[in-house]
Amino acid sequence: MRQNVSTGVFVEGLKVERLRKKMQTKFEEMVSIIRQEEIADDIYSMWLGAEQIAAYAKAGQFVSVYSNDGSRLLPRPISICEIDREKNAIRLVYRIAGKGTAEFSGMRAGMQLKVVGPLGNGFTKRDKKAFLIGGGIGIPPMLQLAKELDCEKQMVLGYRDELFLTDEFEAFGKVYLATEDGSAGTKGNVLDAIRENGLTADVIYACGPAPMLRALKEYAQENGIECWISMEERMACGIGACLACVCKSKNKDAHSNVNNKRICKEGPVFLAEEVEF
Amino acid sequence: MNMKVDLCGVTLKNPVMTASGTFGAGEEYSEFVDLNKLGAVVTKGVANVPWEGNPTPRVAEVYGGMLNAIGLQNPGIDLFIERDIPFLKQYDTKIIVNVCGHTTEEYVEVVKRLAEQPVDMLEINISCPNVKEGGIAFGQNPKLVEDITREIKKYAAQPVIMKLSPNVTDITEMARAAEAGGADAVSLINTLTGMKIDINRRKFVLANKTGGMSGPAVHPVAVRMVYQTAQAVRIPIIGMGGIMNAEDAIEMILAGASAVSVGTANFTNPKVTEEIVEGIAAYMEKYHVNDIKELVGAVV
Repeated sequence: MRQNVSTGVFVEGLKVERLRKKMQTKFEEMVSIIRQEEIADDIYSMWLGAEQIAAYAKAGQFVSVYSNDGSRLLPRPISICEIDREKNAIRLVYRIAGKGTAEFSGMRAGMQLKVVGPLGNGFTKRDKKAFLIGGGIGIPPMLQLAKELDCEKQMVLGYRDELFLTDEFEAFGKVYLATEDGSAGTKGNVLDAIRENGLTADVIYACGPAPMLRALKEYAQENGIECWISMEERMACGIGACLACVCKSKNKDAHSNVNNKRICKEGPVFLAEEVEF
Repeated sequence: MNMKVDLCGVTLKNPVMTASGTFGAGEEYSEFVDLNKLGAVVTKGVANVPWEGNPTPRVAEVYGGMLNAIGLQNPGIDLFIERDIPFLKQYDTKIIVNVCGHTTEEYVEVVKRLAEQPVDMLEINISCPNVKEGGIAFGQNPKLVEDITREIKKYAAQPVIMKLSPNVTDITEMARAAEAGGADAVSLINTLTGMKIDINRRKFVLANKTGGMSGPAVHPVAVRMVYQTAQAVRIPIIGMGGIMNAEDAIEMILAGASAVSVGTANFTNPKVTEEIVEGIAAYMEKYHVNDIKELVGAVV
C-alpha cells in the first residue's frame, strides 16, 4: 500500500473504502397506507408514508411493492406518481392487473406494506419547451415531473375513455387530451392531439404503452427532438441482479456487455434513440 | 458454536450462499446485504464470450413460485474477470463462479481462464433448462455428465461443483456420474421446467414458452432429491430449491446438504440471506448444537 503524500491517506485502502461504502440510495421500508381511493374503474391512488424513499425519490423512478401473501413472491414494480417530501410520503397510482395489485387495492389506511425503493434512474430534466406525454397507466409518473419541471410545458394525456388525474395536471400547465372513443379532447391518440392542436416542443418526456412510445420515438426522430421514454417489462428482483427486465439497446451496454439494458437499473427512462423495442 | 463448513478443502464461515443467477455478482444486493456475513457468493453463470440471453418476457410468477427463462445472459469471462471478481474480492466471503457453455470446449475455456483467478470454487451449470445447447443437454445423460466432469477436472485449479437438474428420472444417477468423473461436490436442484399460459390472450407468458420453476413450491421436491443424493454419493452436497427462510435451510441440511444456496427468496426479501444465517444460529442455540456438521444428514 502506498501513502499518498498530498492527502495523507492510503491510496489503495481509500479506493476499497469508497467502493464498499457506496452511499445507500435504495431502502426497504415497512410503510403504512395513509389513504387509498379508486379514482377510475380499477385505477387506485394510494399515499404511503415512506420516509427514506420520499427523501431520495425523483420523478420517473419506481418502487417495488411486496405482497403480504406468501404465495406471491415477486414485488410489483409501480411508478411513483407524486412525492411529498414535507409529509415524507409517496403516491402510487396503479391499475389492477392481477392478484397482487388486486390485493393492494383492497387495503385501507393504516395497513402496512413492504416497499423497496426508489428504483431506477428517473427523468433527466431539461430546460426546454417540453411535451409531457402519458398514455393510460403511464400517465401517473408524469405528474411528479409536471410538478418539478420549471419550464414551458404542455401535457398531452391519452386515455381509452375514462379520465383520471386530469384536473391535477391542469394545476401545472395546459393539458391536451386524447381519448380513443372521442369522449374528451381529440378522438385518437396523443400524437393525433399534438397534430390537431398544432403543438410543438423541444423535448419529449413520455410514459405509456409500447406502441405509443414507438410512435413518439419516430415522431421525435422526424422532428429532431430529444425524446425520453419510460419503459416497462416483467421484473423479478427490481434492482438489476436477475436480468429479467431487459430491453434491446442500440449500442453495446457497458454493464451487460451485450445489446441489452436493464429496465430496472439503467432505466426505466431511456433516450428513445438508445433503445429498440 | 461453530457454523463453519468445510467444503472440499474450502472453509466457509457458514453454510449459506446465494444461488446462481439470482444474485448477479453481488454488487446490486450489497446495498441490502452485508456480503461479509455470507458463506459464499455464487455468481451468475459466465461463459467464454458474452451471451444475449432470451427474448422478454423472461419471468412469470406462479402460485408459490416463479418461472424464469433468462437464457444465461452474461457479460463473458473477460469483463467478469476485470470487474466482478475484483468487486467480490473486497469482501470476506468465498467466491464460487458458476460456469456455463454450449460445448465442452466452451466450459473448459472458462475453467482455464479462472484457474489463475482468486476464486474459491467453480460450479458447473449442466442443468439450465432455458438454453438449447449445452446446459441441461449435458445434465440429463449420465455418460455426458461423467465425461464433461472429467474433462473439466483436467483443467480446473479450484474444486469443482457439478450443478444438477431435477428434470431427470433419477437424480442420483447423475450425482454418481459426476462423482465418478471426479466432481468435488454436487449442487441441486436447478429449476424444474414449467410453463404458464395467459388464458385471456391464449398465449405463453414467457417468450421462451417454457421456464425454470423455483420458489417455495419446489422446496419439498428439492429436499427429497438432496436426501436421495446424500444416500448415493460420498462427495458433499449443496442443497437448494425454494429455501425461503432458516427453517427451510435447516431442513435441507438435515436431508444431507453440507451447505445451502438461497435464490428466489432474494427477490421476495433482499436481506433474506443474512437473516437465514442468523436463523440457523438461533436454531443451533435453541437445540444446543455445537457444530453445524452435527446437523448434516441428521434426519432419522
